[in-house]
Order: sequence, then C-alpha cells, then structure tokens
Amino acid sequence: MSNAFSEARRIARESRNYDALTALMPYARFIGVKLVEVDGQPRAQLPYRPSLIGNAQMPALHGGVTAAFMENAALMQLLLQLDETRVPKSIDFAIDYLKPGRPEDIYADCKISRLGQRVAHVAINCWQRSPDQVIAVARGHFLLTSTE
Amino acid sequence: MQVVPHVRELGMQIVDLQTEGIHIRLPYREEWLGDVVHGLIHPGIISTLVDSGSGLAVLARLENPEPIATLDLRMDYQRPALKDLSLDCRAEAYRVTPHIVFVRAKVWQTDEDKPIALSQLAFMRSSTSKKRVV
Repeated sequence: MSNAFSEARRIARESRNYDALTALMPYARFIGVKLVEVDGQPRAQLPYRPSLIGNAQMPALHGGVTAAFMENAALMQLLLQLDETRVPKSIDFAIDYLKPGRPEDIYADCKISRLGQRVAHVAINCWQRSPDQVIAVARGHFLLTSTE
Repeated sequence: MQVVPHVRELGMQIVDLQTEGIHIRLPYREEWLGDVVHGLIHPGIISTLVDSGSGLAVLARLENPEPIATLDLRMDYQRPALKDLSLDCRAEAYRVTPHIVFVRAKVWQTDEDKPIALSQLAFMRSSTSKKRVV
C-alpha cells in the first residue's frame, strides 16, 4: 500500500506527469493544483476559478486557499525531492499575507531550508504574474516518515 | 458566510454565532483527503476552515461590519484528521484594538478536548476605521 507514493513519484520523475501523485491527494486535485517544470524544479500553479474567491467585493482569493495551496506545494515538493513512502505529517505551518490575491492564477516556489533526520523545514513563496510580486510567504515543519 | 464563494463551495455550516465566539462545521467529503492510502484529511482544508471561522469570529465581535484582512495565521497540528468525520472549528476574537484583532481557534473531530489543530491569527481592520474600541 505504501508503495503507491513511491510509484507515483517514479512516474512523476520519469515522465513529468504528476497525475498519479495528485490522485493520491484528492484535496490537491479538488482545488486544482498543477505542477509545472521550471529550470528543472517543480513549480506549483493554481489556475484561477471564481469559486476560489473569499472576498467578493474586492474581489480577492480566499486566504485559506492561498495557505492550503502553499502547504500542499511544500508537501508535494518533499514527496518529489525525497524518498518518503507517505505524505509527511505537518507539524506546524505559518503564513504571512503581504497583499490580497487578485482573481488570477497563483504560483508557489518551495525551498527545503533544512533537512534533518526527522524534520524538514520548508519555506514557500507565493506570487502572481511574476516571482517578484509576492502575495504571501510561509514556512512549515514537516515530520518525515523515516522516523516511524 | 454563504456570500463567500469558496465557503459556499465547501459547504461550511454555522453551528453557533456569538459575540464571544463562533462554532462552524465542515461536513466530510472524500475530496478533503490529503493521503488516500492512510485515510487522512489534508492540512490545507483545515487552514481554510480556521481562516473562515476566525474571520467570522472577528465580524461577530465588531459592532459594525467592516472590511477585514488576515495578516497572518499559524497552525499547530496536534494530531491527524481522519476520514469520514466532519471538522468542527471554534474561534474567538480575544483582543480587539483600533487596527488589529487577535484570534485563537481550534479544530476537532469527535472530542473537543482532543484537538486536531490549534491556531493563532491576526486580522487587520479596515484602515478607514477611526472608531475607538473598548
């Protein structure tokens, strides 16, 4: 059973097709996460749709969606980059909102800042239009499977 | 809450709405899973529930409705959220200042004393507000 993630990762690494991986993570598929390859690094993309709006007057994306998208990007980055046999467990996650999300696609780039024996620290930037137009920054600690 | 498109899509329900705090519920759907192999709910949907519930707690606490924006949100995950169970969130705007409102929230499934997540948030009030707040 736990080889499902290893198999999905193998497909993702070999063919750059992430469908098998998102099939194991229905919520990622529900919000509509896509992974694209940029300079050999996976970049998460969330195509805009009206039901992602949290403030209809502005209008602005739901802050929860931005947070969820960024945390999911970190989890997928760990799954793709390491050899984990299951989704790492989130320990904590903190997000700072810098500006409201426009009703447009959002992108997330992740960096594994520290990889310990048990815990990984991941920093996530979320932006729109271009990587310097950051709408939120976040970081999280994730428990790795090898500790079980 | 039903005027918020994403909240409507998720199907969140208000259980209790008081000035002192709110209680909302997110019924279970398979789409919430973040790990189908182990049957665990994705942490992202829990953050969305907390952000929605906390925003509602702020609006419930303020005398007059005004635009608010989440400044930051921190989630501490206490235990995994399991499939087939709804998620409950209680949020309390415990400190209101002229510009900022501080909120704490918790999420649980079957036992409120065994929370799935504890959370802390800060919201910015609309900058036009000059009203004095006690």
